[in-house]
Amino acid sequence: MVKGLAPPVVELRGVVCQFGDNLVLDGVDLTVWADEIVALVGGSGSGKTTLLRHIIGLNRSAAGEIFLFGEPLWAGNYLDQQNRRRRFGVLFQQGALFSAFNVGDNIAFPLRELGVVRENEIRDLVAYKLAMVELEPEHALLMPAELSGGMVKRVALARALAMEPELLLLDEPTSGLDPDRSAAFVRLIRRLQRQLGISVVLVTHDVATLSSLAGRVAVLADRRIISAVSLEETRQLRHPFIERFFGPSAAMD
Amino acid sequence: MARPSLEIDARGYCRLTGTWTLGELARHLAQIRLQLQAVPAGSPWRLQEVERLDSFGAMLLWQRWGRRWPRELEISEELRGVLTAVAAHSGKPLPRPPLFTPLAALVLLGSLLFSFLHHARDLVTLLGQLTLDLLFLLRHPRQWPLKELSANVHKVGVKAMPVAALVGFLIGVVLSYLSAMQLEAFGVEAYLVDILGLGIIRELGPVLVAILVAGRSGSAMTAQLGVMRVTEEIDALATMGISRTIRLVLPKVLALTLVMPLLVLWTSAVALLGGMLSAKVQLGTSFAFFLEKLPQVVPMANLYIGLGKGAVFGLLIALVACHFGLRIRPNTESLASNTTASVVTAITTVILVDAMFAVALRNVGVPL
Repeated sequence: MVKGLAPPVVELRGVVCQFGDNLVLDGVDLTVWADEIVALVGGSGSGKTTLLRHIIGLNRSAAGEIFLFGEPLWAGNYLDQQNRRRRFGVLFQQGALFSAFNVGDNIAFPLRELGVVRENEIRDLVAYKLAMVELEPEHALLMPAELSGGMVKRVALARALAMEPELLLLDEPTSGLDPDRSAAFVRLIRRLQRQLGISVVLVTHDVATLSSLAGRVAVLADRRIISAVSLEETRQLRHPFIERFFGPSAAMD
Repeated sequence: MARPSLEIDARGYCRLTGTWTLGELARHLAQIRLQLQAVPAGSPWRLQEVERLDSFGAMLLWQRWGRRWPRELEISEELRGVLTAVAAHSGKPLPRPPLFTPLAALVLLGSLLFSFLHHARDLVTLLGQLTLDLLFLLRHPRQWPLKELSANVHKVGVKAMPVAALVGFLIGVVLSYLSAMQLEAFGVEAYLVDILGLGIIRELGPVLVAILVAGRSGSAMTAQLGVMRVTEEIDALATMGISRTIRLVLPKVLALTLVMPLLVLWTSAVALLGGMLSAKVQLGTSFAFFLEKLPQVVPMANLYIGLGKGAVFGLLIALVACHFGLRIRPNTESLASNTTASVVTAITTVILVDAMFAVALRNVGVPL
C-alpha cells in the first residue's frame, strides 16, 4: 500500500470528554499513520484508557471528531459501523476472554460471527493464530479460568488478531506480567507488527515496554496530548510530567 | 482497497488481483469460492498482482491447492512468506473435545451421584460450622455480627413485605372466589372460612413466602457471595482474621430464619384479608362473622405449624444459598450456573420438606 496516499489510520481532532463535572480530556489531537506504533503515556488517572475507549467507540466524546481509516467513527448505518469495527482489534487490560468459551472458541468467535467462514477453515486459522502467539494447539481446549496471566494476554492477542485487523489497540499489554514474560510479550507484539504490517496504538506506563516498542510516544498530560514525537525527542522536552516520568533514565543518558 | 478477483488469462495462468484479506474477501466469498473451485486442476498460478494477502486469504488458497505448493507459481517473496507461515500450521488438527460415549454417560451418571453426596456433605459441614460459630458467639458475645444481622433483616425481611403482601392478597382473593363458587353449588358457603383459614395459615402462606424469598433473597445471597469471591473480597476478609462464616454466612442464615416466620404471618394475614374481601363481595359474608368464625374452626396449632415451617424454610433457603455462593469459581459461567442451582435447589428442598411436614403432622391441628 502506498503510504503517502493512504489516510491516517487514526485521527483525533479536539476530542473532549467529560464525566459530570470532571473534565477528563480537553481537546485531544493525535494522528496515527499506517505501519506505525504509537504509545500513549500519562500519569494514573490522566485519561489514557478513556481516550482508548473513545477511539474504539465505547465512549462517545462530548466534542471533537474521531476518524478511523479516514472515515468518521460514527458515520454510516449499523452495518457500516460494524464493518469499521471489524478493521481493528483490541487487547483489553484483563484480556476480557469470554469465560464460557474455551480458548479455541474464543479465537474462533469473531470469525464465526462473520458468518461466511467454514468450520474447517476456522480450525486452520485458529491453529495458525495460536502458533502466532506462541501457544500449542493443545491449549485450544483450555478454559480461560485455567490460564495463567501471560497466557490470557496471548489468547486475547490471538483473538484480537483473528479478524486480520489493520489496527491493533493494546491497553496496558504488559501489566500483571513479570519482567521476563513482559519482555517476551513485547517481542511478540513487535514481531507480529512487522510481520503483518499493522498499526499499533498502546497504552502503557512501563518505560521498558516503551523503549523497546514505541516508534512515537504521545504524552497525555494536562488533559491533552502535549507531544507526539520519538522517545529520544520526548526525553529532551521540558515538562514537569515528562521529567518525572522519564526522570531516572533521562539522568542516565 | 481493490476488490479481490481471479481470472484465467490467455496463457492459461490463474491470475489473482486485488486485496485478498478477510475484510474484502468476506463480502464476495461465495463467488470467490465458486471461481476457485472452477480453476482446472494443475493450472499455473500467478499472484504477483495481489496487493495484500493476509492469513485468511493464504489459508483459502492453501486449502484450494490441497495443502501443497502448485507446480507453477509466480509470487513475490513477501507473499510467499505469508503463505509459508500459514502452510506450516495448516492441516494440523486441533484437538477435539472428547466424544460423548455410553461409557461417558455412565461416568456422568456416577459423577452426578457423587456430586450430590458432595453437596450433602458440604451442606452438613456448613451447618456444623454455623453451630460451632453460634457456640463460640455464646461464649464471646462481643463478636456478634449485629450490624450485619440487622442489615440482613432489613434486606430480606422489611424490603420483601410489599411484594409478599401483593402476592398474598391476590392469591387470597382468587382462592376465596374460586372456592366460594364451588361451595355455593353445594349450599355450604359457611365452610369458606374453614377452607381459607386452614389452607392459608397451615400450607399456602409458608410455601408461598418460601418460594418468593428463595427467588428474591436466595439468589441475591448466592450472587453476592459469588461476586465477593470473584473480586477476592472473601480472601481479604480471611487475611484480616475475620471468619467468613461468622461475618457473611451466619448473619444471612440467622436473619432469614428469624424473619421468615414474621413474613409468613404478614403474608397469611394479608391473604386472609383478600379472602375476606372476596367472600364479602361474592357471598355477602360479613367481616364480623368471618373474624368470629376463624378462631373457632382453625385450631391454634395450625398457626404454630405455619410459623415453624416458615423458620425451617428460611433456614434451608439461606443455607442452600450460602452453600452455592461459596462454591462459585471466578468466571461468569460458574456464577450463572450456581445461582440457578441455588434457587432451584432451595425451592425443591422447601417443597420436599413441606411434604414431610404434611406427613409427620397429619394428626395435629386438623379438626374432626
